[in-house]
Amino acid sequence: MKWLWRLLAVAAKEVRQLSRDRITIGLIIGIPTIQLLLFGYAINFDVRGVSTAVLDQSQTSLSRRLVGDLGATQVLGKIRQAGTDRELRELMQRGDANIAIVIAPDVERRIAEGTRAAMQIVVDGSQPALENVAAGLANIPLLRRAGLPPPARPVEIMVAYNPEKRTAVQIVPALCGVILTMTMVIFTASAIVRERERGNLELLITTPVSSAELMAGKLLPYVAIGLIQTTLVITLGWFLFGVPVAGRLIDLYLGALLFIAASLSLGLLISTIAQTQFQAMQMAIVTLLPSILMSGFMFPFEGMPKVAQGIAQVLPLTHFNEIIRGIVLRGAALTDMRSEVLKLLAFLAVMLTLAMARFHKRLD
Amino acid sequence: MSIAITARDLARRFGTTWAVDGIDLDVPHAQIYGFLGPNGSGKSTTIRMLCGLLVPTRGTVTVLGHSVPRESEIVRRKMGYMTQRFSLWDDLTVLENLEFMCRVYGLDRVTRRERIADRLRNYDLEVIAKQRAGTLSGGQRQRLALAAATLHEPELLLLDEPTSAVDPQSRRDFWEKLFALVTRGTTILVSTHYMDEAERCHRLAILDRGRVAAEGEPKVLARDIDAIVVEISNADFEAARRALASVAAVRSIAQLGNRLRVLLPRSTVNAVGLLRAALAADNGTAAVEQVGASLEDVFVAATRLREDSERPGRAA
Repeated sequence: MKWLWRLLAVAAKEVRQLSRDRITIGLIIGIPTIQLLLFGYAINFDVRGVSTAVLDQSQTSLSRRLVGDLGATQVLGKIRQAGTDRELRELMQRGDANIAIVIAPDVERRIAEGTRAAMQIVVDGSQPALENVAAGLANIPLLRRAGLPPPARPVEIMVAYNPEKRTAVQIVPALCGVILTMTMVIFTASAIVRERERGNLELLITTPVSSAELMAGKLLPYVAIGLIQTTLVITLGWFLFGVPVAGRLIDLYLGALLFIAASLSLGLLISTIAQTQFQAMQMAIVTLLPSILMSGFMFPFEGMPKVAQGIAQVLPLTHFNEIIRGIVLRGAALTDMRSEVLKLLAFLAVMLTLAMARFHKRLD
Repeated sequence: MSIAITARDLARRFGTTWAVDGIDLDVPHAQIYGFLGPNGSGKSTTIRMLCGLLVPTRGTVTVLGHSVPRESEIVRRKMGYMTQRFSLWDDLTVLENLEFMCRVYGLDRVTRRERIADRLRNYDLEVIAKQRAGTLSGGQRQRLALAAATLHEPELLLLDEPTSAVDPQSRRDFWEKLFALVTRGTTILVSTHYMDEAERCHRLAILDRGRVAAEGEPKVLARDIDAIVVEISNADFEAARRALASVAAVRSIAQLGNRLRVLLPRSTVNAVGLLRAALAADNGTAAVEQVGASLEDVFVAATRLREDSERPGRAA
């Protein structure tokens, strides 16, 4: 049992030191809060009210109905009519219109023949996300099935689990993982490297404390911090953005615990490589950026190239995003997502093995 | 007399440089054994190899009957180590640091309380027990570090330049504590670059560029010095220096106040006469006499420093 006492002694020391480090305490609470507010309020993947210019060269009842239908999607905002091609181009150049719709003079014949495009959508490529909007517009059934007259009622698209298509609903659970990645990896990496920098480690490794006791003792407080941050994000998400947890809390916390362990093990590995806190920070950021960009937090996973998808499979955040979205939004249980859980466990095992292999109670 | 530490042909290379290049050591039990040498002479590297922190490139080490680094873990329970840099935690108080070290060494509650109370008293730490270690003076830090290193009552203490950032009075007090520990049977290995500290050691190894340049009891080292020491006083030192520099046998000239201390090889015939003759050309008033060697002379002779080098021992 002596090993447990030594481990707890290391953990208690870490907590005591942390409690005296006011800035770090502030960051533990501040990072999740600020991030959630920033991302929750600022990021909006939904595009609505795009200013539009229409050049209707046909001026028939069909062309007016086409424009009307597109306007009804709410994606298009203010619609300006352009008289000539040149006028249309000027509208776009000035930025008064980000999307332009050009309807051919012989639109009825083209629709009837179904071989040539009856309508052209011009997108301002300098604006992000508009291309997707155009693709969405082009997919509206009345245009795709160009040979047939538009149906009386447009096909209804139903979005399950997030009916209002609110970004916050997608952001809150995903942000939980991003915040944990940020704090867990950076905190652990620097907590151990700091002791190396200050010379504490040289003393510690000449004591009977074993590598495993030392590491576990140092990581334990951060597990608790990770769970506190998870609670903070989920609670704030609920109260500020109205994102309730559909699944069971025990599943949520178990999933979070697994992800925290995986992130800590990565931080641990970094700490065995980095010689200074500055290096540790750089390495943490190198792992953080792909996590944010490639885990499906920012961009849909399916849209990424095969290589990127492969890299994303290595990132723990990819799997945690699946887990937490499942639990929070779809009400899934942890047992429904065995493959993600197994992948996280595998990541944890590999990182811990590497870290243990690299961490010697020696200076060289 | 039993031996606490044995090293044979101990060597360590960093890249292409040999920090320690074939050292033989026999550190006797319950004595203070000193490593004297300038910065970069291999003192710290040797100590780190003895406590298993660095793996030797070559050679063998036996500490308290155990082979190091293979059995470092066993040795670590019987050994205390004080690093060159203060390595306890600045943001913990004196008491918290001691308590943590007790727990790391697995001492039970009763022993813990006894030992901490004893160390606080013995090392004059009672008044600053609640103070954070980061706010302590150099002397207080050294006392705390020594108290922490002795909590588990080790048989062997390795101290790496323990007094380099401490005022003379604190150094004296610190050495008092070391002798008290030796009296109770502790073996102490201490590295230093202070001559007065080296003189206090029971035995001494003078390290120079990774090798043992001289080894033995300080008194014996001074008696058996491989040089003749001549003191010159009452002279124009600038002129005398110039005159002495032309004498081929002169190994080192150092000024101590209003005297010049000159080292010549032991084999020099009539050294005093030789120097008198050299000085006579310039100035007949100089007094020249052969004197007994000090430890500093031993150090200079052993490390073969040249006259224009900075005088070792007093430099930080």
